[in-house]
Amino acid sequence: MELFELVTAQTIPEAVKAQAKSSTAQNGAEVRFIAGGTNLIDYMKLNVERPNRLVDINGLPLDQIEKTADGGLKIGALARNADVAQDATVKEQYAVLSQALLAGASPQLRNMATTGGNLLQKTRCVYYRDTATGCNKREPGSGCSAIGGYNRMLAILGTSEHCIATNPSDQNVALMALDAVVHIEGVKGQRAVPVAEFYVVPGATPQRETVLEPGDLVTHITLPKMPAGAKSVYLKLRDRASYEFALASAAIVIKQDASGKIEFIRVAMGGVGTKPWRSLEAEKALLGRAASSATFRTAAEAALHGAKPQSQNGFKVELAKRCLTHAMGQASQSA
Amino acid sequence: MDQVTESKVIGVATPRIDGPLKVSGSAMYASDHHFPGLLYAWPVCATISNGTIAHLDTAGAEKMPGVVAVYHRENIGKLYRVPPSTGFTLILDEKRPPLEDDTIRYYGQYVAVAVAQTVEQARAAAESVKVTYNKEKPDTGEKLLGTPLTTDKPDEKSKRGDTAAALQAAKVKVDAVYRIPVETHNPIELHASVAVFDGKKYTLYETSQAVVNHRDVMAQMLGVPTEQVQVITRFLGSGFGGKLWPWPHGLLAAACARNLGRPVKLVVSRQMMFESVGHRPAIDQRIQLAADADGKLTAVQQDYVNHTSMLDDYNEGCGEITPFLYSTPNLLVTGGLVRRNVGNPTAMRGPGAVPGLFALESAMDELAIALKMDPVQLRLKNEPALDESLNIPFSSRHMKECLTVGSEKFGWAKRTPEIGSMKRDGLTLGWGMAACSWLAARIETEATVELLQDGSARVACGTQDIGGGTYTVMAQVVSHETGIPVNRVDVVLGDSSLPPGPISGGSWVTASMTPAVLAASQNAGKALVLAAIKSDGSPFKGKKPEDLELVDGTVRLKGQQQGAVPMAEILRIAKVNSVSGTGKSDSTFGAAKPKVSFHSYGAQFAEVTWQPEIARLRVSRVVTVIDAGRILNPRPARNQIEGAVVMGVGMALFEETMYDPRSGAPINNNLADYVVAVNADTPEIDVTFLDYPDYQLNALGARGVGEIGLAGIASAITNAVYHATGVRVRDLPVRIEDLLVPANRTTHLA
Repeated sequence: MELFELVTAQTIPEAVKAQAKSSTAQNGAEVRFIAGGTNLIDYMKLNVERPNRLVDINGLPLDQIEKTADGGLKIGALARNADVAQDATVKEQYAVLSQALLAGASPQLRNMATTGGNLLQKTRCVYYRDTATGCNKREPGSGCSAIGGYNRMLAILGTSEHCIATNPSDQNVALMALDAVVHIEGVKGQRAVPVAEFYVVPGATPQRETVLEPGDLVTHITLPKMPAGAKSVYLKLRDRASYEFALASAAIVIKQDASGKIEFIRVAMGGVGTKPWRSLEAEKALLGRAASSATFRTAAEAALHGAKPQSQNGFKVELAKRCLTHAMGQASQSA
Repeated sequence: MDQVTESKVIGVATPRIDGPLKVSGSAMYASDHHFPGLLYAWPVCATISNGTIAHLDTAGAEKMPGVVAVYHRENIGKLYRVPPSTGFTLILDEKRPPLEDDTIRYYGQYVAVAVAQTVEQARAAAESVKVTYNKEKPDTGEKLLGTPLTTDKPDEKSKRGDTAAALQAAKVKVDAVYRIPVETHNPIELHASVAVFDGKKYTLYETSQAVVNHRDVMAQMLGVPTEQVQVITRFLGSGFGGKLWPWPHGLLAAACARNLGRPVKLVVSRQMMFESVGHRPAIDQRIQLAADADGKLTAVQQDYVNHTSMLDDYNEGCGEITPFLYSTPNLLVTGGLVRRNVGNPTAMRGPGAVPGLFALESAMDELAIALKMDPVQLRLKNEPALDESLNIPFSSRHMKECLTVGSEKFGWAKRTPEIGSMKRDGLTLGWGMAACSWLAARIETEATVELLQDGSARVACGTQDIGGGTYTVMAQVVSHETGIPVNRVDVVLGDSSLPPGPISGGSWVTASMTPAVLAASQNAGKALVLAAIKSDGSPFKGKKPEDLELVDGTVRLKGQQQGAVPMAEILRIAKVNSVSGTGKSDSTFGAAKPKVSFHSYGAQFAEVTWQPEIARLRVSRVVTVIDAGRILNPRPARNQIEGAVVMGVGMALFEETMYDPRSGAPINNNLADYVVAVNADTPEIDVTFLDYPDYQLNALGARGVGEIGLAGIASAITNAVYHATGVRVRDLPVRIEDLLVPANRTTHLA
């Protein structure tokens, strides 16, 4: 860990101004916001993150969870994962989010980790964590050690020859399926970015993971009103029963009409993409069709159509398909 | 040998006497020790695994805030090697002192050490030391069998009959290779050393499972007489064998304290734990079994190869159990070593037996399937009447009862052998079992027992409590012999200046300390009787020693309850603060010509649940029956077996240290990426102790438990996995991909 200065932001504009001094809001930022600290501090100890200034935003009034006028939900960036997971509205109307949060980390971590922090969670790629190895995300141009190395946990969708790191979050997979919107306050004022457009694939610049620019502070997310009668499920598959990142996960939101025909569908995947992965292909294969295990399997095949396995993670193609098929079945049958 | 058949404290479930200290945080572990002027050391670890140091630049680090010194080969000062020894003394796995030369042989090898006022400053300085290397291609290759050995041919470990001929002639045969990956000890307590040097004497607060050996090794390596080194380990946050022998960090801490004349603390990081403090080596084992059509074994052959480091020979000893577990006229066990660019392997819970039984008991399952025979019946059929490897009787062996009691408790009779044929709540069930065994032994032990005027007793022994319950069991033994209640017995362990006691390894502390503590208690009693008959004012003055007896903490005339005087009262009358006695235990370990075969036995039964639709495998239930002599304290004993079962779940399904073949780095070097079983993975565990005293080992009939619980578990689980899925996993751990796309397994790197 390197020496850093800790400052406390009293207001949102003050926070924005402080971070705007950084040359980037992405990997390598000289100024970082600190909230729960469950992810950033780890990486600072490993010298992967080396900010010279931390801006403590825990005092900002951004921890509320409240219903919006149009029937949706607003979740403050500082709302803790544990609080969001146990919120009555979240549990009732956005079950997939509650389930995803509870599938992640441990109770102690969920008590500290925030909604905004989780949105920006770093990859668990072992080479990203190890400064003795090359990693284009950590140090652009130093090469990707994961290609040809230990890549069992890594991505099969959205990869490039420069990076195959997985986005490890469970929350973000659910947010993809819920059409969440990320609200940002920056030097040029406020803006709203659909979560599907918030993340970028690595391409030739894996150090860049989101659309955030210097000064940008995620203030909250909003979830639109769910279609009446829609059901949702999060299913996470991993080696051990708890406290491990996903090998594959699925977030499904589904609504069927009286005849069983699918009239609304969202399909997102975790553990397999370089970003939380929404599958429009799977949704297309499901919309307007009658729910059946054959339809689900066809949709799952479509979702993994473009998968590019590495030396160790070829099994994820089939695992993700089974995960999607099973989760769709669960969602369509859930009460 | 004496036989204690009845006792008010032996065999009674007794809470740990050290429990309150531990739950209140007042138990002092090695890294808890702090002294005025204490400095912190942080090693610089090589980032290659094969090559030499080209240049080491400490100039920048030395100028950093708080930095007191940066030591490397040229300025660390004199450190020596230990002389070769033939006995059970001066043991360490990595014999090269740290910083001895500029050659790097494994990833993470220490190349320098920074010392500073705070741990953060020391770490920052260590990370600022600039090291360049002449890098050569490392070899961390996982394939072992068939690669060049350290010797011309494998060692013959055990042999009888004509195995080759019997295999040739066999009606039914199994021939398969089983692999175990590198597993890393991950006790929650990190290795740590706090070294205090007063200009002459070293006091070393260590994470050691063997304080006396640790002292002897450190004295040799520091070049001072043993009386100038004292090693203290009051409590251990476990070790699993990883803390049996000294590792380079301890010597670095002591050398820094010597050079600076100030106390130095060095705590090994979790990452370093994967590099430089040992691991269970990668092991390949080829097992060949032959049987006649009725299932009687006609030949057993085991050929194992384990990896070791570039400089030292660590033999995993996988053939330890094979020669006597089953009856067979023909048997051959061979073993060999291959060198890899890895840190030195070391003993990990149940060394040899645990990996050996994974292979043997997997092969026995495969043989049962080939014979269309129930696997329990196959084992019962091959139960030996004596230890056929040495032609000597077993001291006390109840393997058959382990198998039958386990079968009954588990409900084995309901098992249908067809793959995937058993279901419950929409889940496919797999039922598997394995037999297991572990050595039993005494090693040389001394203890002293004091009886005090305040009515308490004090027992001292230079062993240590790894967390298994040694403090409590020792108090029970003193209480049994003296009648003083357990809570009035002060147990003093974990200090090399105490009478030499056993290493906390081999599951033999209980068996070893029992005779010594019983004898010391008896001798203290004799001293008390002497005080009773010699002291003015004593009602027993002038009696002969043989007229008196000690019963329930009192002195009395033989057979006469009336007139009994509390022992403490005798000491008050005698105006003596305390009387003491010493006791010794001799060794059975490594005896040249043993007369009996001492071992513990057990049977493991496991149930897994399998959901093919989501490729989810979980261990749901384990029944384990253990024949480990008399259990002195069922509470910690059960705790040992339960913990071992959980460790077995990790061994079977999760644990594997992955080396990057390009750098030789153990790349999953943290508790998120090195997956161990968590609470949610813990199955329902049913532990039964048969509790047959083994009086040939000691008067209480205790053999000790710990390692036996891990033996056999992995194979019971993989046998259950086969029963559920039809996939035979011979290469641990069982991965989702093995069951999902068995033909496609690609997780291995090299």
